[in-house]
Amino acid sequence: MQRDQMNIVIVGHVDHGKSTVIGRLLADTGSLPEGKLEQVKATCAKNAKPFEYAFLLDALKDEQAQGITIDAARCFFKTSKRDYIILDAPGHIEFLKNMVTGAARAETALLVIDASEGIQENSRRHGHMVSLLGIRQVVVLVNKMDIVKYSEKVFREIEEEYRDFLAELNVSPVNFIPVSAREGDNIVHLSKKMPWYQGYSIKQQLDQLKKQEDLPDQALRFPVQDVYKFTEGADERRIIAGTIETGSINTGDEVVFLPSRKESTIKTIEEFNVPAKKTAYAKEAIGFTLTTQIYIRSGELMVKKTEKIPNVSTRFKANIFWMGKSPMIKNKRYKIKLAAARTTVKLVDILNCLDASDLSSVANKQVIEKHDVCECILETTRPVAFDLADELENTSRFAIVDNYEISGGGIVLNNLSTEESMFEKNIREREFSWEKSAISLKERADSYKHRSKFVLLTGPPDTGKQKIARALERRLFENNYKVYYLGKVTMEHGLDSDISSYPDSNDEYIRRLGELARIMTDAGQIFITTISDADDFDIRKLKLLNEPNEILVVNTGSNIFNNFKVDLDLDEHIDVQKAVLSIEKLLKEKEIILEYYL
Amino acid sequence: MDHLQKLEAHSVFLLREAYREFNNLCMLWSIGKDSTVLLWLARKAFFDHVPIPLVHIDTHYKIPEMIEYRDRLALKWKLNMIYGQNSEALKNKRTFPDGNVDRITCCRNLKSEALKHTLSGEWSRYKLNHETQKYEVDSNKDPYTGVIVGVRADEEGSRSKERYFSPRDKENEWGVGDQPPEFWNQYKTDFAPGTHVRIHPLLDWTELNIWEYIEREKIPTVSLYFDQGNGQRYRSLGCYPCTTPVVSDAKNEADIIKELRTGRFSNIAERSGREQDKEDGGGLETLRREGYM
Repeated sequence: MQRDQMNIVIVGHVDHGKSTVIGRLLADTGSLPEGKLEQVKATCAKNAKPFEYAFLLDALKDEQAQGITIDAARCFFKTSKRDYIILDAPGHIEFLKNMVTGAARAETALLVIDASEGIQENSRRHGHMVSLLGIRQVVVLVNKMDIVKYSEKVFREIEEEYRDFLAELNVSPVNFIPVSAREGDNIVHLSKKMPWYQGYSIKQQLDQLKKQEDLPDQALRFPVQDVYKFTEGADERRIIAGTIETGSINTGDEVVFLPSRKESTIKTIEEFNVPAKKTAYAKEAIGFTLTTQIYIRSGELMVKKTEKIPNVSTRFKANIFWMGKSPMIKNKRYKIKLAAARTTVKLVDILNCLDASDLSSVANKQVIEKHDVCECILETTRPVAFDLADELENTSRFAIVDNYEISGGGIVLNNLSTEESMFEKNIREREFSWEKSAISLKERADSYKHRSKFVLLTGPPDTGKQKIARALERRLFENNYKVYYLGKVTMEHGLDSDISSYPDSNDEYIRRLGELARIMTDAGQIFITTISDADDFDIRKLKLLNEPNEILVVNTGSNIFNNFKVDLDLDEHIDVQKAVLSIEKLLKEKEIILEYYL
Repeated sequence: MDHLQKLEAHSVFLLREAYREFNNLCMLWSIGKDSTVLLWLARKAFFDHVPIPLVHIDTHYKIPEMIEYRDRLALKWKLNMIYGQNSEALKNKRTFPDGNVDRITCCRNLKSEALKHTLSGEWSRYKLNHETQKYEVDSNKDPYTGVIVGVRADEEGSRSKERYFSPRDKENEWGVGDQPPEFWNQYKTDFAPGTHVRIHPLLDWTELNIWEYIEREKIPTVSLYFDQGNGQRYRSLGCYPCTTPVVSDAKNEADIIKELRTGRFSNIAERSGREQDKEDGGGLETLRREGYM
């Protein structure tokens, strides 16, 4: 029979005795390896320093040197009821990111407060972080009761003050326990020194806690981690792989992928070394095949067609905690990781920041500094699918990467898709301040004997679109049209030479291409270029950027667009001359080039 | 889901995340039970395929059955199998069994150095040719930027502080005091040129979990783990001059599980048979900082 297991994190202000509590729990439940206690005691005796239970955890020399926990170390401890993994989170403010790491893995938090020092800054900050990270079970330990002579009055005062504080964060603690870790009071057994306390010891309390189970009636959320097509051994399966966040799914269920909005039906559930099955549940790391061949990228969110659909948007309100070396600033590009999605995000506005030491709000902040928790508006360059924190918290959570480092985390509070996006605003402002030429588009068209157009060839890589684009340029040129073909490589080594430093270089590439098209079409040119694997969103962006001028989209090879209707669909590796003629015919139909000008 | 299923699901998630994010990824296979479970989990993650090369550091002092077992599974499971070694140290006999250096230096030479230079591509990598069933010098010399390793947090102190995705700097060093945060299944998968990341999908597994899983999934392991009738077995496999068997009459997986839960080993550390740990002050920390797994 396998045993039940629970992850607990111990948090609290520096020096309030977290490591001592853990050392005691390990020692008094008989969970230490044989001889470990004796070994540590012997080391202490050798170095002429008094033994402390906290030393049991000091496995690293670094840590012993500084005398403070710098990282979330784990230790294992068992009771007759279940196994526990204790994560010792550092209390020092500088190590907030380590505290977050420990706390995020836990389903229960033990928050330690020193009875003699009372509630300190990090007692509050950690309480706040525990609530933000989504830990629902909080047990508060008022430690060092021996120092305050086991006074009930001291205990009750701390309890009252801290309970009020947690209430503001919507956290209702499971219990407050008066303990002395050094003396072993109320750790495993109830202490006789505090007859006024009739509740549980720490061990008894932990054994009373319930495991957090996933709710089966939640909506399905399946972030697509990857799409596999392994050809070895003639494996024909195209498998959508990932871990089910919430809900359940059956073979035959109709599904929608977001943000692309592509639809299909579950054909099979795929696993290795497990009998075939028809239903999969939350937390399973699993795979699916679909009944239809659709082009899905990693990062999409698969949901059921019949259930509540998540939000899809580029703009939202979020609560962010920041751990980065440099502050989070407005308009800088960061990478956001939300479930399996990754894209670029910008901080648009800071609504208010919370001073963790007393939960008062600080208005008018211009940057989010290290250790701040702020409510703010974020905007992504591509739409992302997400839920709101008070509806389905798992898929409302994200991390922010600044210069290779995970620097912040947050939860989405509100969808702001109805507001004008920064992207749209920028285009509006660009058009407003555009220095209009004295020569109108109409005059250019009359002089050049054709209208300007952005001609874009799309499709998967290696479908022959470059050859077609170049031949089209030659053909139009020879017919005296003003035409220019731009190759991607030309951009890469010139205008785009800095682009690899962008969190999502493809988005920036699209933006620059769109701006360039706007200029070229303003110059009255027929501007031709190619782009591989563009999706609906890329085209929408290019169209917006090129406005008020027009775009013509020709697809070569398999068409991966979902809703967008291309102007012309060509077969892969179609004869180049044939392709050129059909594009030319289309330009005539659309009256870009006119027969009577010839 | 039971506890083993949860452990399995999380490890599979981590393997898929690594495969998604790293172009030059490899997995270390020591032939021991932990990294073999890791290999099995890769088959789970990638639906009976292993699209990641497996790297074995051959110290030349491995127990012969281990090498035979490695090649047998590599052929059967069609693994992209690669080994590397410190030929120089072996040639010049800078080893403990040769009596020229202490155990720690020997580990440093045959394991840490060999690993470092095999991963970087500076020293030859030998790749299994599935047709000839022989090893050939691998033409791929690109450094691996993501290295999947089967360490467990319960093994010893320093490992309990590891991250699932743990960056190493240009000198292969581990900055224990300044590790990236990990929360909500988001990990450090972006890294500066010249650095690399170690990925630890087995961090939350215990020795007992490993054996429970081996039993449940029927994963083949080296027979050295079991008592062959002389009342001894290996609890942890390493080089034969520095690894001693333990007294045990566990003849199969079920016996080992019973022994770990309630028997003689329920409170004795697994690596108690590894001599280098003792010379390193019980922490393995010096070796680990320098790149030991």
